[in-house]
Amino acid sequence: MTVGLEHYLTVSVLLFCLGLLGVVMRRNLLVIYMSLELMLNAANLALVAFSRFNNKLDGQVLVFFIITVAAAEVSVGLALIVALYRRRQSAHVEDLTTMKL
Amino acid sequence: MGLPDILFYVFAALTLLCGVLVVANPFSRSPVTSAMFLVLTIISLAGLFVLLHAFFLAAVQIIVYAGAVIVLFLFVIMLLDLKEEQRRKIKLFGFVGGVLSVGAIAVICLKALHAAHPGADLAAPQLEGGTNALGQLLFRQYVLPFEVVSVLLLVAMVGVILLSKKDLK
Repeated sequence: MTVGLEHYLTVSVLLFCLGLLGVVMRRNLLVIYMSLELMLNAANLALVAFSRFNNKLDGQVLVFFIITVAAAEVSVGLALIVALYRRRQSAHVEDLTTMKL
Repeated sequence: MGLPDILFYVFAALTLLCGVLVVANPFSRSPVTSAMFLVLTIISLAGLFVLLHAFFLAAVQIIVYAGAVIVLFLFVIMLLDLKEEQRRKIKLFGFVGGVLSVGAIAVICLKALHAAHPGADLAAPQLEGGTNALGQLLFRQYVLPFEVVSVLLLVAMVGVILLSKKDLK
């Protein structure tokens, strides 16, 4: 059986669900951030696969933009985590309950 | 089954295996191991991009993600002293609930994918994602989004500098 669009999309779905599992399960802010990166990469894989099998380059341009935005997002997010750690001495989500009623 | 198909299965298995080890590593709960396996995931994803003939994006993936983003992650992990974090246990209820709900989402998506059977009526792919073709499209049709993204990067840079100041007002 030759590898087609469906195979790539299956890998993409599984990778996305792994990232979602990490966001739900892990309690360390940094690991949650890495799981978010996994989810973004799964979306990238789906876009590149669609682009290839539809013979249109637009999907790859979109992936290019997603990579740029993800880099900006990571830098801002990590700066936030460092600022948070400086104030609270913790990068653990269960310690961040200031807004809890 | 030709060589590209075998390579697809190898890279897909590597990607998913390393993805599992990022999220739930049974041997180590340290964020450093997660970051290292994230590098491996991204490199095998770049292999999948090459199989999809997206050569430029594969190079960008390795340079930007494995080269810049993960190094930034490692810097922050080393900056923060996370020794105490490793000792906490995952709660059983949260673990079972998370696995069940995400597993349900995965099953729904895969069933929908199987039912839709995408790509069955498409012609054989001939697209080549080389630098030339991508650059032509990026600087002709998508030149406005390109400029907007550059403004976004500037905003992110200013924001990071402001956030990293010692006495944040």
